[in-house]
Amino acid sequence: MPTPEPFGARLDDVVVRYGRATPAQEPAHDPGQRDAATALAGATVAFRPGVITGVLGRNGAGKTTMLQLLAGLTRPTSGTVVVGPEGALGDPWEDARLTSGTQLVRESGDLMEDERVRTSLGYYAAVRPCWDEELAGRLLDRFEVDVRKKPTALSRGKLSAVGATVALASRAPLTIFDEVYLGMDAPTRYAFYDEILADYAAHPRTILLSSHLVEEAERLFEDVVVIDRGRVLLAESADEMRSRGFSLTGPASAVERAAAGRRVLHRQQLGGTVQLTLEGTPDDGELAAARAAGVEVGGVGLQDLFVRLTEPRAEHVAPNSKETVR
Amino acid sequence: MFDGPEPIYLQIAQMIRGQVLAGDLAEEEQVMSTTQLATTFRINPATAQKAFGQLVDEGVLYKRRGLGMFVAPGARTRLLDQHRAAFFDDVLRPALAQADVLGISADEIVAYVRGDSGDSGGSTPHPRKDG
Repeated sequence: MPTPEPFGARLDDVVVRYGRATPAQEPAHDPGQRDAATALAGATVAFRPGVITGVLGRNGAGKTTMLQLLAGLTRPTSGTVVVGPEGALGDPWEDARLTSGTQLVRESGDLMEDERVRTSLGYYAAVRPCWDEELAGRLLDRFEVDVRKKPTALSRGKLSAVGATVALASRAPLTIFDEVYLGMDAPTRYAFYDEILADYAAHPRTILLSSHLVEEAERLFEDVVVIDRGRVLLAESADEMRSRGFSLTGPASAVERAAAGRRVLHRQQLGGTVQLTLEGTPDDGELAAARAAGVEVGGVGLQDLFVRLTEPRAEHVAPNSKETVR
Repeated sequence: MFDGPEPIYLQIAQMIRGQVLAGDLAEEEQVMSTTQLATTFRINPATAQKAFGQLVDEGVLYKRRGLGMFVAPGARTRLLDQHRAAFFDDVLRPALAQADVLGISADEIVAYVRGDSGDSGGSTPHPRKDG
């Protein structure tokens, strides 16, 4: 079966409110405020087709709601959601063409409770036109899942592994992993990353991977979307996001001088050694000056950047402290 | 690995340049495929492709249709020329600036480079306490 064209996906000013929130309950004095029932508060974002995108956000930021919208599992209170191949995007809600091309898996593996795993897998195979039975079998072997068991007899990690298997073997043009790998142990996670990369390289498709824990997985991402309190904080390439910060490590005074004028996202001190996480990208002059002063310049992982960018507080180094250097 | 401040694809390109310079990758030798590179280092295949693209533009690698990426003839010589040219600015200048900060004199450095530090034991001179 040829690989189908990867799906793109787009949200436009999407609001999702759970429960029976009436307009009178809305905090009219501050439209930026989000009440507990509002999962998405005006989210706008486009996912590029054929790309692995990391969807990052703290717990309760709205990640799961956004992914469920894309999979047609829920509808927005207002705004529009479209997915599909280039030029033929549409509302996924109750659209067989689009939902059969979209596979969302969660940590639970989304299996029928009182059936053997094998039975649930049979249903997935039946509704996914590109299902690869051979791949499914190989992955279940690799993850050491006994498909004769019922989900209740499987550990959290094994359920996640079944979810990962379903997602990969579906070869869906839009494949969504919602916090799938959190329950896996380290060897299984590494196997999971390797399998994603190998199968994605052979069968390019749109893959969304959501998590609040991304340190290991962040190099898998080509694009990154950060959701914060129901809104899209940023949506850009992983390289662009990485260029939002860098670190300086070394003797405190030298680091402070090299950091002059930069916004400090994080500060760590161990005796006389300081590590500062700074906003922006160092230019060649700054790099050379820092290194000449014995300061080590390093990159900052997406995990750290995500944590720093979603917390509002940050200090400034006085811009004029640079004068003392030269 | 790859935890410098530069984009990962540049760090990968630098790694491959280093392998060519050191002779670990010979001219006309095939390099890893995008997929191999991606799975070996657990990076996005697009990142691997970007690194290869950069090296093809520089003439370090070239593509043989249907076969993969190979080290270009003359790549090592060209890299040597470039790196020799950059050595003084990129490597020596920061080292000398650091020496200046530490109060190490030009004479001491020259003596060290020549290997006649006055210390009969070995080539590594003892750090001076004064200065």
